[in-house]
Amino acid sequence: MKFKALTAIAALMIAPGVAFAEPDDDTLVINGETEMVTKTAAPAHMEGTGIDTIMSGWHFRSDETQALETDDFDNPGMIFVDAGREQWNTVEGEAGKSCASCHEGPESMEGVRAVYPKWNEDAGEVRTLAHQINACRTENMKADPYKYTSGQMANMEALISLQSRGMPVNVAIDGPAAETWEQGKELYYTRTGQLELSCANCHEDNYGNMIRADHLSQGQINGFPTYRLKNAKLNTVHARFKGCVRDTRAETFKPGGPEFIALELYVASRGNGLSVEGPSVRN
Amino acid sequence: MKFTLTTLAAALVATPLIAGDVTPASVTYGEYGQIEDSLTGQPGDAENGALVMKTKSIGNCIACHQVTALNDAPFHGEIGPMLDGVGDRWGEAELRGIVANAKKMFPGTIMPAYFKNEGYIRPGDAYTGEAPEGPLDTLLTAQQIEDVVAFLMTQKEQ
Ligand code: HEC
Ligand code: HEC
Repeated sequence: MKFKALTAIAALMIAPGVAFAEPDDDTLVINGETEMVTKTAAPAHMEGTGIDTIMSGWHFRSDETQALETDDFDNPGMIFVDAGREQWNTVEGEAGKSCASCHEGPESMEGVRAVYPKWNEDAGEVRTLAHQINACRTENMKADPYKYTSGQMANMEALISLQSRGMPVNVAIDGPAAETWEQGKELYYTRTGQLELSCANCHEDNYGNMIRADHLSQGQINGFPTYRLKNAKLNTVHARFKGCVRDTRAETFKPGGPEFIALELYVASRGNGLSVEGPSVRN
Repeated sequence: MKFTLTTLAAALVATPLIAGDVTPASVTYGEYGQIEDSLTGQPGDAENGALVMKTKSIGNCIACHQVTALNDAPFHGEIGPMLDGVGDRWGEAELRGIVANAKKMFPGTIMPAYFKNEGYIRPGDAYTGEAPEGPLDTLLTAQQIEDVVAFLMTQKEQ
């Protein structure tokens, strides 16, 4: 993996005289009982980014879209959790096992979503939740891996994320994960494509501003997988990254590949302290 | 198209350079990033410039800028300064330079360079996400730039 040295972190000019449209101040409570942390102090590593409060993408959506996430009966993402539960209990592969054979109920996954991507000592690499799911499928079940951004993968991620709902995102960025994190950070500030835009151009320098019809958020991933009204399905993190990179008129990176793993670790760490929210609802 | 962001995303029509036109490499920028000479030698058509600026699949300038004169097109962004009165603030040469490559005048600006076709990191084939097959076209043609400049020159505050 080769990351080009770049100087894009150098101060970007901010448009003078443009009013900064603040995201709203609503509180997200799910099912009348789980109060979510959707705004909190930025983690220490974000010092120097100009962001002192990190915010869930939920704050940037319309009241109607926000409301869909406050009740599991209204959240269209919950249907996919049910599908994930079915997959959890289905025996597949030559070992004759399901997830349940080793892990019992999905409740055993409490806390897992909050700490991924995570360094895997045996593999000697940072693994995303999707990679871990596929490692279980291929190594323990002797089954085929899910396609990285497939519906089945999104279903399983939704089921596992739900077990950590409300827990603070807490990915480790030091120790053996530090190198991958640095690579992800470099990518975040690299201006790609013919439009020469970085993640930071939109989600750090301009969150809160409208870009044509879209209200730019901080591009947080604490809410993934997200149900999007636009395509009426669950969307994975790497599919979203791919869409954003493509929209800079760039050649995208491969979902599941080393660049997006590193980027996911970095972006996740910018959300350390926000509640795990997946499956969330966005437009 | 999946995962469409409604922002800058839209395929651009292929815009081959016509023989005799200036190329991105042959443009001369002044000290502040201005371009004195017309890119085509033809007068710009302000009406077409307005169309270029508000059409998502062409200039899509209103993704980032508000322009009262273009209010017939919905959804103006707020990333860049409002362009009302911009013809008072800048002369024609400056505006030509800003539209062709705003990074010369405003180093590090988020505004894309519309008359440039190389020197990118991981350039793609328009909005396909794939690598390009050959040399890239500029985002706008030389004449489209002249048309946009002509429109911007009509933006006077009185
Ligand atoms: C041209 C502007 C632009 C660039 C550059 C860009 N994005 Fe986005 N991104 C958007 C828009 C518009 C949305 C939809 C509104 C929102 O949530 O901000 C979005 C949404 C997202 C979301 C979903 C947030 C949520 O709450 O569901 C994530 C995550 C994201 N972007 C990450 C990235 C990353 C990582 C990069 C760099 C690889 C990037 N974006 C580059 C415009 C951009
Ligand atoms: C992705 C955002 C973006 C897009 C798209 C964009 N601009 Fe800009 N533009 C800016 C920003 C930001 C500035 C302010 C310069 C700076 O300080 O970075 C600017 C500055 C300008 C200025 C100088 C304004 C002034 O009052 O000084 C003009 C003129 C201009 N843009 C015209 C255009 C035209 C014409 C297009 C389309 C062909 C366009 N812009 C597309 C972001 C954008």
